[in-house]
Amino acid sequence: MTSVDSAAPSAVEAPRASNVLAIEARDLKKTYSGGVEALRGVSFSVRPGEVFGLLGPNGAGKSTAVKILTTLSEPTGGSGSVFGFDVVRDAREVRRRIGCVAQASGVDHAATGRENLELQGRLFRIPAPELKRRVDELLDLFALAEAAHRPARTYSGGMKRRLDVAMGLVHRPEVLFLDEPTTGLDPESRAVLWREVRRLASGGLTLLLTTHYLEEADQLADRLAIVDRGRIVAEGTPDGLKAKLAGDRISLQLVESGRGGEARQLLGGLPGVTGVLADADRADRVYAHVVDGAHDLPTVLGALERAGIGVAGVALTRPSLDDVYLNATGHAYQES
Amino acid sequence: MEFLRDTWILFLRLVRATMRMPVFIILSIAQPILWVAMFGALFRSVVQIPGFGATSYVQFLAPGVAIMTALFGAAHSGMGMLVDIERGVLDRLLATPAARGSIIAARLLNSGVQVFLQAGLIIGVAMLLGAKAQGGVSGILLVMLSASLLGAAVAAFSNAVALLARRQETVIAVMNFVILPATFTSSMLMSANLMPGWVQRAANVNPVNWAIVAARDGFEGTAPHELLVRLALLAAFALVCGLFATGSFGRYRRAM
Repeated sequence: MTSVDSAAPSAVEAPRASNVLAIEARDLKKTYSGGVEALRGVSFSVRPGEVFGLLGPNGAGKSTAVKILTTLSEPTGGSGSVFGFDVVRDAREVRRRIGCVAQASGVDHAATGRENLELQGRLFRIPAPELKRRVDELLDLFALAEAAHRPARTYSGGMKRRLDVAMGLVHRPEVLFLDEPTTGLDPESRAVLWREVRRLASGGLTLLLTTHYLEEADQLADRLAIVDRGRIVAEGTPDGLKAKLAGDRISLQLVESGRGGEARQLLGGLPGVTGVLADADRADRVYAHVVDGAHDLPTVLGALERAGIGVAGVALTRPSLDDVYLNATGHAYQES
Repeated sequence: MEFLRDTWILFLRLVRATMRMPVFIILSIAQPILWVAMFGALFRSVVQIPGFGATSYVQFLAPGVAIMTALFGAAHSGMGMLVDIERGVLDRLLATPAARGSIIAARLLNSGVQVFLQAGLIIGVAMLLGAKAQGGVSGILLVMLSASLLGAAVAAFSNAVALLARRQETVIAVMNFVILPATFTSSMLMSANLMPGWVQRAANVNPVNWAIVAARDGFEGTAPHELLVRLALLAAFALVCGLFATGSFGRYRRAM
């Protein structure tokens, strides 16, 4: 196995002051010409060597943020920088330092795996002998050596994705952007990619990862921001975000959706219940946060029964990012 | 220097892709041959119209078909750009330090080289059918150069439309809207002597016609001075179209 330092920042780069942020987004706004507001003021910062996750449902604005930070799109407000270089004014300097793996892939189907990698390397001005070594190394690392001479159109989805990631690494970037890297992959390919991301992270590469999978953000990110409708609604470490929601969650489905308000009021006054939430998308759902699920569940159900509010379904869960999302946005997370 | 280097790297990518499409190569060779043979047979007798000014239609037609091939072939250049946009390849290129202009220039070079070779082939076939290269080898090269310059300009325009519209239907519609009028306000198939006055005036400002007249002058070995002026005009037109296409990246970026 080739060592993990293959993805570490290039040795020719001068060491930087440790206080320079790898990525900084300051109040980023993007309104498209049709009036659609994709970003309504998004701010976050990523420290060098960190794996930062942007979590949110499709259409939340994650990809737009990545496009702006990788110089592909211009913000209509706010600013972004990569290692101190402004993504609009110093776009070329930014491009030299970043690797991109976009949601829409970026593999040239007519070219072979090797040619795809070589094209990237040449455009990043890697000298030919070094490029040859680097491409061989990446083909091995991503288990593509046997398919290297085949046109990429013959690759499976997982192979294309691996080639995509390899293409983003040819020039040893300092920051790698991964936009929805596992969307559409089968579970096995996803596991392989997760392993890859962890290995890159342990090699010191800064990673910005977007995903709409709660589990993926939970597993991979050191810190994450939850994006909803163009805004960041929560930010922190996965554990820190969950810890804020101590206790358990009781999810209730009512028989009559019209009695949600009444049920929430009733439950809010019970001992052991620390918070009550409605689901903006489903009127028949009520969520109660309780100190101790096993102890408080009978109390909750008993109170509803006495009030004559019928319960069609109940679930007791440990807090997850799902709850963090629900708590922050007021509607339940839907992954697809 | 960096611009030229990036253009060359990206041009080689397009050439490799073309070399892997044998059907495309065969049709690119067969089509101009068919056109010379078919138009030559169909319009053979028009040279007998009083005032046409040529004695052999194949002689008259060959430079025109060379330019027509350039026009129709290069018009599709933007479709390749659309495939790159859809597959994310363009974004990937835009995220590298490569010069924006080189992404366009590579496509112009690709179209220019393709139609250069096709034009040579057409002249060769026409000569087998009896046309005579009065301008000699340099005359034939001038036909090929005229085709290249027009091809590059049309390819640039097609790429600009692709970047601005980002839809296949729009690119096809716009290019069809431009190509046929540009063909029929030129002396591609019909002698300028026989055109109505307004068509002649339109032809004078039609770059397609500049290319045809330049190619025909080269093939016939006549009017060397005007020929150079027309080639310069064509080169300038290609440059303007290329800059327009490169400028379209700005629009593309804001729309992303």
